Amino acid sequence: MASSEEDGTNGASEASDEKEATGKRRRLGFLATAWLTFYNIAMTAGWLVLAIAMVRFYMEKGTHRGLYKSIQKTLKFFQTFALLEVVHCLIGIVPTSVLVTGVQVSSRIFMIQNEESVVLFLVSWTVTEITRYSFYTFSLLDHLPHFIKWARYNFFIILYPVGVAGELLTIYAALPYVKKSGMFSVRLPNKYNVSFDYYYFLLITMASYIPLFPQLYFHMLRQRRKVLHGEVIVEKDD
Amino acid sequence: MKHYEVEILDAKTREKLCFLDKVEPQATIAEIKNLFTKTHPQWYPARQSLRLDPKGKSLKDEDVLQKLPVGTTATLFFRDLGAQISWVTVFLTEYAGPLFIYLLFYFRVPFIYGHKYDFTSSRHTVVHLACICHSSHYVKRLLETLFVHRFSHGTMPLRNIFKNCTYYWGFAAWMAYYINHPLYTPPTYGAQQVKLALTIFVICQLGNFSIHMALRDLRPAGSKTRKIPYPTKNPFTWLFLLVSCPNYTYEVGSWIGFAIMTQCVPVALFSLVGFTQMTIWAKGKHRSYLKEFRDYPPLRMPIIPFLL
Repeated sequence: MASSEEDGTNGASEASDEKEATGKRRRLGFLATAWLTFYNIAMTAGWLVLAIAMVRFYMEKGTHRGLYKSIQKTLKFFQTFALLEVVHCLIGIVPTSVLVTGVQVSSRIFMIQNEESVVLFLVSWTVTEITRYSFYTFSLLDHLPHFIKWARYNFFIILYPVGVAGELLTIYAALPYVKKSGMFSVRLPNKYNVSFDYYYFLLITMASYIPLFPQLYFHMLRQRRKVLHGEVIVEKDD
Repeated sequence: MKHYEVEILDAKTREKLCFLDKVEPQATIAEIKNLFTKTHPQWYPARQSLRLDPKGKSLKDEDVLQKLPVGTTATLFFRDLGAQISWVTVFLTEYAGPLFIYLLFYFRVPFIYGHKYDFTSSRHTVVHLACICHSSHYVKRLLETLFVHRFSHGTMPLRNIFKNCTYYWGFAAWMAYYINHPLYTPPTYGAQQVKLALTIFVICQLGNFSIHMALRDLRPAGSKTRKIPYPTKNPFTWLFLLVSCPNYTYEVGSWIGFAIMTQCVPVALFSLVGFTQMTIWAKGKHRSYLKEFRDYPPLRMPIIPFLL
């Protein structure tokens, strides 16, 4: 799912919320903490810049037409940087699974533009990411304003479905263009005896939202109940 | 002789599930599990985990009641492991699939490639070689499952069979599709490359088999003992000097050989994924060896000599 609503990543685990209660310190070296703090602040700033650019565009032009083109470079820059989040998991300074993060990050790399639906997911991504990265930043610095925590665990209720709708519509709208141009695709014969059809890949991606989105959404709902309302959830055994 | 009383509580709810009185002191956990099944037939022994502490480790089937740190009234905690399936069943199913599926592609059964290719045969020698290698690899695995391997555990969770079969069957189909495709491109360096790769494949398969036999001989039939494996007269087993799990080393080698032979990216990816999984297993095994045996040879690495 492109809106990376994975909890407790990028240096701020849920332990940091309970930390105030238990006084337990999460063991992260100074260098790792410094880097993650810098990273999260930078990403917050980046998505803020994007959000401001979007608002300004709309105020000047009065329409969302051409919006994607104008912010494309900045968007791609910050989205590519998010690849680092996979590295963070790999080297262990963030406790999330590499696979989950990899899926989330890569699901965003291949988005193609189409004006209307793009606005949908752009808006939800920017708001979500600003909230999420500020949340991690403040948690890392041990100074989490209650508002940020509230935002992080409530905004998603609306933003997540909106973002997913935007993403799905965008992929759907791009399909004819993908099929005609054969972009990102590799055909036989070739000396590596492999082929890749981006068109079918996108179809499978769209289908995968059906099982994945509810799981991620309900996971966030459960996290929300645990963090905001202190509910004790009995996890299913594996 | 004093008899024990055993009460079994649910590890999560602490509900009293069963009370056994007049239990022999030398009764094993396996026997207690059998008694528990009588009162709760849906929980056959393989899916029972009994432990002294609700959050502790499972007791072993061979553990004797008398030797456990319990009083004459023992409290055991029960956790349901979920539906179980035997290792042998899982292995046979997950290996039979690739054997069969690959052949569907090799014989170009209808509806895979264009209709004009139905039941045609490739003109490339390497494609026929690949079929022989792939098929004999899985036949070897099936025979080893039936006659060679001695499993520590009888069962695994049922959901594993779906996960494992998806992995093996999926990759087999993906590889087979390209290797047996009418537009397949033989290796860049021709017969030289194929010969070299085939040699690697055969040597590693023999190596892998030798290790499986050596491991089997370490453990008498029906037992679950663990011993440090050592090199034998068979030169293939000399890899034990350098790694804890040479069977995995040889298996990775085989698939690298197959990838070079077919020059096919999906095969390389399959090798990579397999290597990753086997490395995780090898590291775990290596750690257990180190924990269990004080005199474990220090030169050995888990899977790759000197490196990993």
